[in-house]
Parts: sequence; structure tokens; C-alpha cells
Amino acid sequence: MAGSGDRTALETIQADGTDGNCVTFVLHDEDHTLGNSLRYMVMKNPDVEFCGYCITHPSESKINFRIQTRGALPAVEPFRKGLNDLMAVCQHVLSTFERSMKEYRAQREEEMQ
Amino acid sequence: MAALRGADEMRDRVVLGEFGVRNVHTTDFPGNYPGYDDAWDQQRFEEAFRVDVIREEGDSLEFDMVGIDAAIANAFRRILLAEVPTMAVEKVFVYNNTSIVQDEILAHRLGLIPIRADPRLFEYRNQGDQEGTEIDTLQFQLKIKCSRNPQAAKESSDPDELYCNHKVYSKHMTWVPLGNQTDLFPDADFRPVHDDILIALLRPGQEIDVLMHCVKGIGKDHAKFSPVATASYRLLPDITLLKPIEDEAAETLQKCFSPGVIEIQNIKGKKVARVANARLDTFSREVFRHEGLKNLVRLARVRNHYIFSVESTGILPPDVLVSEAIKILMGKCQRFLNELDSVPME
Repeated sequence: MAGSGDRTALETIQADGTDGNCVTFVLHDEDHTLGNSLRYMVMKNPDVEFCGYCITHPSESKINFRIQTRGALPAVEPFRKGLNDLMAVCQHVLSTFERSMKEYRAQREEEMQ
Repeated sequence: MAALRGADEMRDRVVLGEFGVRNVHTTDFPGNYPGYDDAWDQQRFEEAFRVDVIREEGDSLEFDMVGIDAAIANAFRRILLAEVPTMAVEKVFVYNNTSIVQDEILAHRLGLIPIRADPRLFEYRNQGDQEGTEIDTLQFQLKIKCSRNPQAAKESSDPDELYCNHKVYSKHMTWVPLGNQTDLFPDADFRPVHDDILIALLRPGQEIDVLMHCVKGIGKDHAKFSPVATASYRLLPDITLLKPIEDEAAETLQKCFSPGVIEIQNIKGKKVARVANARLDTFSREVFRHEGLKNLVRLARVRNHYIFSVESTGILPPDVLVSEAIKILMGKCQRFLNELDSVPME
């Protein structure tokens, strides 16, 4: 339920003859939750020519996440940047949400008195 | 208020037309709009982003998230529904069940009862482990026998008077500590969230004697593990009047929308309609059924303003659930970053 055992969570597929610009990452145990949000973050990168994901079959829980970059940038770089950016967004959302909850509760305490 | 310029409208608003919805997808990616810099900028995001808590009452929370994209807001919603873990009854050991409720139906009903136990104190059970240890299992017992009430009146036909213990409620479930759980959780009071969930009905001579094991799980596995009654969001409505609307038309317009959305002001003796609070509207689109009004109003939604409504089942407070959901999304990113760093990419 929680772990995936010995299987790795991430595989890479690259066609022979290309030099790392266009890579398909296979993410195991993932679905639209990470797929769509990660796709949005990678698309915001101006070096990325194409980014898309698909769920290969609804019975299998894995996604094919494809990135094609302009020029000679290896596709792993936008992937890594997208993950880091998404982490930063979540961190900021978390701290803003917790701060707003605290302010709301403090304000309600004041109004009750 | 004048309608936005073409490109701004396409970027910021989802427009509800008479027969369809326009500008649905996010298009503000680098290169799509000349003159706009759409590359990801953390600082610009942080300046524009805000969270406003509107209402918190018991188990339900309503808050606004402004300045974020649909993909990420939806990820939070999906995680709230399916990936925040909770404890629920998984295995039911039936020692005696002479009630009219079949074993499997009884077990199914017991699984759906929300259990007040903080899932962060427990681990997931290892796959293949049949018995469970004290760090991943909570044990409950339900032992109840129905009998005839000797003090009941002769002609009474009210079951509440005639029988004792004929209704089995969730308050009859008792926690049975495993191993060293009494030391691990000295102040804990593990029980179902609600005491008055009716589990089964009995008649004299029938009894139920079961032992239940609760484990930690997520909603993706089974809906009983979902911590929210529901978690949903809607986009902030945006109603614009393209021309001034007066007198009778104003009255009709006010009736087309939810109460409180349109207010009628008296300016120089004439009744003029004004949008007072678009947030209250539920967009029934009644205004499109009136020929005279449908071209004077523009119905739209603000693309990056999400009104979240989270209602918890009572296991964890709703704000804790939202925080946990955000942490789970961070955990997913971290997992793949670790994979990238551990396996050298060729």
C-alpha cells in the first residue's frame, strides 16, 4: 500500500541516436495529481519545447512524462527544475496557509472578547 | 466596469457563453503571448499569491487561494480526497454473529465508521503481515447481546421498552490496547468519531462478538480511508454588466441571479442595477433565457481564484488536512528528486 518494493519509481526512455534532448520519464505509482501539476511547472520553463504526460492504461498506475528541450539542454534539467519549483510553490502555499489560519483565529479570538 | 482587453480576458477569465464555455485551458506559458513574460518566477508568484480564510466552523473550512493555477489547486483537492492517510477498520474477526446482519455486511459497515485516531502516530502495515504490531494496528472490540426487558409492560409494542441492547451503536465499540500501547498513548482515547452511528439491530437471543483491527490507509485504496466528507473548489464568479440596465429590466436581472448578487440602486429616480457581490452566485445562467438581457451581461470566472470548501469527517481538523495534503505533494516531488540524484542518468 505504501511502498513500491524493489521497483524503482522512475525510469527513463530515450530513443537511440538522440542526445538527451527528448526523453520520456516513466513515473510509477503516479497519476494526474503529480502529472498535471508537474507538467504545468515544466511548461513554464522557456527552454522547454514540448512537455506532456499521459496515463498509459487506467489499470496501471504509472504515467509517461515527456520533455523535449530546445537546443542542447538535457531533458533531465527542466525535469529537475520543475520538481524543485513545485516544491518551492508547495512550501510557500503551506506557510501562507498556516499564517492565514493563525491570523484568522487570532482575529476571531479578538472579536469574541 | 469595462470588459478586459482581448488578451487579458483570454488569460485571466473563463467565459461562460450561452451554449459553451470559452478560454478554459491555461494558456499563459512562455511564447504564447508576445509582450508577456510568462516564464516561472517564484518571486512574482509569491507577491501575487494569497490565502484568505473565510470561515471555520467545527469540521468545515472555507478558504480562498488566489494566484495559483488549476493544476496545482486540483492536485491539492485530489490529495485531500484520496491520499491523506487515516485509520479505519480493515480486518474483522467474527467470533459470534447471530444477528440478522450478515458477517460481510457487518464488516463493511464497521469499516466505514470514522475512527478518531491521529494517523500520524501510526505506521503503515507491512505488506504480507497478517497479525499486525502495536505500531501499526488499533484493536477494537464490539461485544453485545440483546435480551428481553423483564420490566416491560404486557401490551407494549415499543421495541425500546421491550428489549435491552437491541440497537448496536458505534459507542459500543471499545478500544483494546495491544502490546505497549497503553504506555505509548497514555492520554489517548481511541474511539469512533460519532457515538450514535447505528451498526445493527438485534432481537432477544442474538449477539455480536467481533474483534476489529484498524490499519492506516489512503482513500485511493478504499474510500473508507478518505479523511474528508468532501473537499471541493469553485472559481470566483465575475459578472460584468456591459450596458447600464434600468427599471423593469433591472428587476428581471436581479431575479436571474442568486439573492444578494445584483442590487438595485435608486439614481435620480430611476432604478439602476449594479453587481453587489458576485461571489454568492451559483451561475444557473438564467439570464440567457431572456432575449433582452442576454447580450448585456458577461458571465465569467476568475481563472486563478479558487474558493475551497473542505469538510472533514472529524478525524483531523480541516486545516490540518490541508497542511498534510500540501506536505504530501512535497513528498512526491522529493521522492523523484531523490531518485534522480541516486541513479546516475546516462
